[in-house]
Amino acid sequence: MEKQNNTPVPILEVRNISKDFSGVYALQNVNLDIYPGEVTAIIGENGAGKSTLMKIISGVHTDYEGDVLLNGKKISFKNPKEAGENGMVIIHQELNLIPYLSITENLFLGNELSNKLGLLDYPQMNKKAKELLARLHLDIAPSTPLNQLRVGQQQLVEIAKALLLESKVLIMDEPTSAISDHEVELLFKIISELKSKGVAIVYISHKLKELFEIADRYMVLRDGKSMGSDIMKGTTHDQLIQLMVGRDLKKSFKKESTIGDKEVLRVENLTFKNPENKNDFLVDDVSFSLREGEILGISGLMGAGRTEVLEAIFGLYPKYVSGKVFVDGVEQNICCVNDAIAAGIALVPEDRKLQGLILNMNVAKNTSLSCLDKISKFNFIDQKNEAELSKQFIQKLNTKVSSSKQIVEKLSGGNQQKVVIAKWLATHPKVLLLDEPTRGIDVGAKSEIYKLISELAAQGMGIVFVSSELPEILAISDNILVLSESKLTAKLNRSEASEEVIMKAALVEKE
Amino acid sequence: MNTTELKYKLIQFQSIIALLVMCIVLSFLSDRFLTTENTWNVMRQISVNVIISVGMTLVILTGGIDLSVGSILAFAGAVTAGMLKFGAEFTDINVYIGFTLLGALVGGTLVGAFLGWFNGLTITRFKVPPFVATLAMLTIARGLTMLLTGGFPITGLGTNMAFIGTGWFLGIPMPVWISAFIVLVAVVLTKKTVLGRHIYAIGGNETAAALSGLKIKKVKMIVYAIAGALAGIGGIIVTSRLDSAQPNAGFGFELDSIAAVVIGGTSLSGGKGTIMGTVQGALIIGILNNGLVLLNVSPFWQQVIKGLVILLAVVIEKFNSKEQ
Repeated sequence: MEKQNNTPVPILEVRNISKDFSGVYALQNVNLDIYPGEVTAIIGENGAGKSTLMKIISGVHTDYEGDVLLNGKKISFKNPKEAGENGMVIIHQELNLIPYLSITENLFLGNELSNKLGLLDYPQMNKKAKELLARLHLDIAPSTPLNQLRVGQQQLVEIAKALLLESKVLIMDEPTSAISDHEVELLFKIISELKSKGVAIVYISHKLKELFEIADRYMVLRDGKSMGSDIMKGTTHDQLIQLMVGRDLKKSFKKESTIGDKEVLRVENLTFKNPENKNDFLVDDVSFSLREGEILGISGLMGAGRTEVLEAIFGLYPKYVSGKVFVDGVEQNICCVNDAIAAGIALVPEDRKLQGLILNMNVAKNTSLSCLDKISKFNFIDQKNEAELSKQFIQKLNTKVSSSKQIVEKLSGGNQQKVVIAKWLATHPKVLLLDEPTRGIDVGAKSEIYKLISELAAQGMGIVFVSSELPEILAISDNILVLSESKLTAKLNRSEASEEVIMKAALVEKE
Repeated sequence: MNTTELKYKLIQFQSIIALLVMCIVLSFLSDRFLTTENTWNVMRQISVNVIISVGMTLVILTGGIDLSVGSILAFAGAVTAGMLKFGAEFTDINVYIGFTLLGALVGGTLVGAFLGWFNGLTITRFKVPPFVATLAMLTIARGLTMLLTGGFPITGLGTNMAFIGTGWFLGIPMPVWISAFIVLVAVVLTKKTVLGRHIYAIGGNETAAALSGLKIKKVKMIVYAIAGALAGIGGIIVTSRLDSAQPNAGFGFELDSIAAVVIGGTSLSGGKGTIMGTVQGALIIGILNNGLVLLNVSPFWQQVIKGLVILLAVVIEKFNSKEQ
């Protein structure tokens, strides 16, 4: 076949792909062309649909609307292995390696070489592994168990594993999130090498700076729709940010400010060392103050340290946290959850099923869990009192349950979240920390949660609200903190905040 | 009552229905089954398993397991017998302490509680998985028993001691009284107290429980100590019934106990189950044992059948929880 070089033909075409998760669209009519020998960057906020799109291409999600064409032919892979055999290889953001197996064993997992006797051919595999590691400038014996490697090195092994397969399309999902600058350079060298061999590379990253360095094309996703795609040359940083966030602001909710004068929470120089790596900070010297009736939004990209700020305040990792926390002007020494509760702080955690609820218990029992002592005499639970407490909150929060005896597992996400909030309100907190309280719940329940939060603020509670959704943060917050790479990069009040300003602060990178 | 409601009731009372069916069938097959004598016989035989299984239920509700109850039972029995018969003699300082029956009973129970507490310590403080920690204790406590007894039974403990295991009170055997009392306390503990609620919460979701301010370590320590103390009480009853502390007492009791808990519908992953379920489980095993003996089934077949019943119970349970 003869093909002119000046009219490139895409190797992979995505045509009108839509995908919904129980009624909620994660992707809507997305189109994408991937060209051989080029790096295509996929850009978007958290939850924009990048990972879903990659999972469709690499055969993880098999039910979707629309077509995927490889070399002009329609394909539908049944699983990632089949996709791999057809040259579609994905390097996942989270490491998919086995800690106790050696580098070699990990590299060849599922594609082991065997000798004539049908036994594993270790000499051959080790030889190949050594060559691969040399290409990545990793000076480590291939027989080293994986758990003895640093996270950055493990990431390189993950990349090596993908190189081992003869890939035509290589998808990299945030490959530089855990590796050092030196390793990033190496990675970019490898990418150029692959490009010259005609491999098409799909590159997902939050770090716009490196995209300008490495990408040839881009596609911006927002709320599951493609907002635009073009070649990288001539595009500016600000244009990309505009495409990422510039949505029509449907402000269904607008909050009256209820800020009082009294300071309920002050955090000074909060620092949280990474328990796995002493030189790394999950929260790096963050200070802020919260007044009664104030809603303070915390924004930032995934992994920026938002959850960690809340966890540090709440006393979950006292050994690794330093800094001062004041409640009502009094310094608190919070070393465990009970100290935090006694100080008047409550935390509604990020994952309600894993961290918030005892799923097989009923609504009443979940509601009373953190204040059992208050409704008990001589350690005997006053069950009338408990039922009363739970009914009171069901009414107050408008929780839809058949009775307070209903098992929480059967409730919808929004109602489950209300039960978690009720549990914490029952401890009478002065400060309520909310971590992604509207994640995965429907629109109606979301606006009810917003309403509830404003009501609580109006009653004088101080509220810290972490969210990945910018419109939500903008609508509900009085003031906004933006975190990037564990550091506080902006303190904004509601009049100066906009999606662009927040996104810029969230993308500030360490030099 | 419509069919779904009926189905639900059937599921709820499946253990009791199984028990009734077994009793009816056995009373037709053997004329010796449904006699007063045999009934008390069965009740007395299962009382030790009921007592141990109450502790086992609490442990399993937190998501743990206790393999050491049989060995702790033997050691506590030997300590009780030793205290009663020999007292404590310290030849170096020329001190001899004799014990009353009550002293010996308290001693045996406390020894059990201490070993259970030690289980809890290794599990919570040193993060040893419960399976491994209590497996180690199974060996340790058995070894301690051998050391204490020299491998020989301690016999001749007196009529007062014998009363605990073989006596009758108001027409009911003493072990049945003791186990009924313990069951009653445990039912109240699990259903009405803060500790009971915390046990279920920890087994249901330890992360959420910790984030809600529950003292996970403390609760687990208490639960393993209770399991040890109850094994100790079981040891006292076994020792009393035989009028001797056998170094091999309680061998394999942990398996019967786990079987009773599982047949009683308690989930091995924790957070779900009841004390009364376990009592029914122990009754099913006890009556099955008794029935198979009365019907002259070979002991080898008895084991096979018992195993199959355990499997059947768990399969039915899984099937039903899916239905709901």
